[in-house]
Amino acid sequence: MSLISSWLPYILAGIAIGGQYALIAIGYTMVYGILRLINFAHGDVFMWSGLIMVYLITVMPLWLSIICVIIFAIVLGTTIEKVAYRPLRTAPRMSIMISAIGVSYLLQNVALYITGGLTKTYPSISWLQKTVDIGPATTKMVTLITPILTIVLVVGLVMLINHTKIGMAMRAVSRDFETSSLMGIDINRVITVTFVIGCGLAAIGSVLFFSNYTGINPMSGAMPGLKAFVAAVFGGIGSVPGAVVGAFIIGICENIIKGAGWTTFSDAFTFVLLIVILMVKPTGLFGEKNIDKV
Amino acid sequence: MARVTLNKKTKLVLSFLGIALILLGSYLADEMIPASSNMRMFVTVLEKGAIYALVAVSMNLLNGFTGLFSLGQAGFMLIGAYTYAIFTIPAAKHADVYMYFDGGAIQWSIEEALSGSLGIVGHYLGMLIPIIGAGLLVALIAYLIGIPVLRLKSDYLAIATLGFAEILKAFFQWNTLGPITNGSNVLRKYATYDNSIFVVLIALISIAFIMLLINSTYGRAFKAIRDDEIAAEAMGVNLFKHKELAFVISSFFAGVGGALLAMFQGTIAATPFTTTMTYEILLIVVIGGIGSVTGSIIGAFLFTACSEWWLRGLDAGTWLGITSEWFRPGFRKVVFAVIIMLIVLFAAQGIMGTKEFSWEGLLSWFKNLPANLKAAPAKNKAKAQAKKEAKARDKAAKAQAKEDKANSAAKAASGEKLFEPLPVYDHVVVFKEGK
Repeated sequence: MSLISSWLPYILAGIAIGGQYALIAIGYTMVYGILRLINFAHGDVFMWSGLIMVYLITVMPLWLSIICVIIFAIVLGTTIEKVAYRPLRTAPRMSIMISAIGVSYLLQNVALYITGGLTKTYPSISWLQKTVDIGPATTKMVTLITPILTIVLVVGLVMLINHTKIGMAMRAVSRDFETSSLMGIDINRVITVTFVIGCGLAAIGSVLFFSNYTGINPMSGAMPGLKAFVAAVFGGIGSVPGAVVGAFIIGICENIIKGAGWTTFSDAFTFVLLIVILMVKPTGLFGEKNIDKV
Repeated sequence: MARVTLNKKTKLVLSFLGIALILLGSYLADEMIPASSNMRMFVTVLEKGAIYALVAVSMNLLNGFTGLFSLGQAGFMLIGAYTYAIFTIPAAKHADVYMYFDGGAIQWSIEEALSGSLGIVGHYLGMLIPIIGAGLLVALIAYLIGIPVLRLKSDYLAIATLGFAEILKAFFQWNTLGPITNGSNVLRKYATYDNSIFVVLIALISIAFIMLLINSTYGRAFKAIRDDEIAAEAMGVNLFKHKELAFVISSFFAGVGGALLAMFQGTIAATPFTTTMTYEILLIVVIGGIGSVTGSIIGAFLFTACSEWWLRGLDAGTWLGITSEWFRPGFRKVVFAVIIMLIVLFAAQGIMGTKEFSWEGLLSWFKNLPANLKAAPAKNKAKAQAKKEAKARDKAAKAQAKEDKANSAAKAASGEKLFEPLPVYDHVVVFKEGK
């Protein structure tokens, strides 16, 4: 019992962080599923939504600024896709990946310029900061809300993918890009919708993630972004439920490691996990086998 | 186009002259330019540019010549920098540097031991040995990392190498290793060079080695792997062996570059070796042209010159005489990032593409310059004309399409059939064999 009560706070924190990673990871996994591109800029879209929130909260009420943040993230994401990825659709894969890295570099530097490199204080959302008791542990509301919200959103997304026309188009495009365009699917529209969903969820994730921390700086998107990507690989890239499961596992493990006093290695652990999963089962937990054709 | 052809001997002589000139220039620049002068920036750019050129070329060997998209460069540089620094801190200064770790575990310095017994020769030998040692250690670690990682495909490889770089960074900041790595504190007071010729010379030798490698049979095998892995394997290229070789050699030079960077900076800590650093090196490679050693060198010098010198004013408030309130710290990097994005999107081949510098090419260019300049106005005119025509054609085609659409819509509205349906055959003729 004492073992549980001493570890419960870490596990709870891990579930919360895992939910936040999951919301970012969905963007990675969907974009990779369709474009076969690691969207290196996704972590920076996440950071930018956090940063915009800092500025918006000073001029408008909370509910409106959250909506505006989501809209901003969606506009930013789709613009990036239109400007930086669409012209390179037929280019070799390396060029489009370099373009993604370039966009990430640009977004970070613009943020650095605007903030002056200073850490900005994230607005505290009192409703999310309320303390609640779960068994022997005391925690914040955000810890409780995150997993619930994540699961609701993911179930909605899976329904969308499985039961709507655009979802079917997404599945078709991720299966075979060329054939689906020959079948009359508007590829550009599908990709735009993918970016809209991914960035919207990342914006929601940013609200939950940053309300746990006091500060936000231009580099604070990089690490969560990379971890979310690892979560997507872990769950099987292209699979939404896989990304969510992977994100929860990573979040929980990371916090248990922190609880054991190995904070220095909590980031490194994620990458150890990545390398192990790539060695043992490169397709991830729920991924499909991909055979290269000559 | 007149082409200049030179014989092998002339080219060799020219190359030696060029290298000697560069070395002499860098020696004199460091000696002659006083520390207070504005032109001192030139020396900084020369040194840092040479280091970045070396690291960029080593990355190009992987990304551009072997087709392995690796993002571990910063991690390897980190090991190189630390290895060099740890073994060259003079014994007397250990107590000061390792003040949080009781003076550290290592109480000697290679450089000190050698310069004590061999004098000035020992001083340089004592710096060279740790640099090479740094490279060898990085190569060993890369060899071990390569065994699992190099079996992965393109983007997974990128993420796995990025991950290893992060793990290495965490490892070097680990407090338990503090007596050796000084934990998350900086390492300083280690031996460093006296003149920039040291850095330039080492970078030159390393780059020359990589160039020789690229032009050898190994280099051809690398390029074969880049162009088509499966075809290369079918032709008898041992994929894993060659990838591992490219990875180890590239990492060796990244380690050497890291050691030189440590010397250049004077202090070293693990925190600046982030993924952003790897991204910057990758972008240098892209600016210069993926698959061109010359391009990487030019890219590295342009990058350092812009970020350290030419665009400094964008951060300070006044640039090229323009004063603007937009010019505050950080603006330089924004401009830079925009330029890089423009290159990535509109000039993907970079400055050099896959071409390399050659004396013949350079001399031909100069020889053809007057003729080209004379022909330029006519050429531009023709180009503009062609563009105009293409635009007009485009416009006409668009108008035609619009008209067609309107016509067919009108026809459809009036009930007219848009096309004649194909006749339906009620029987099939089968041709019999024989007569």
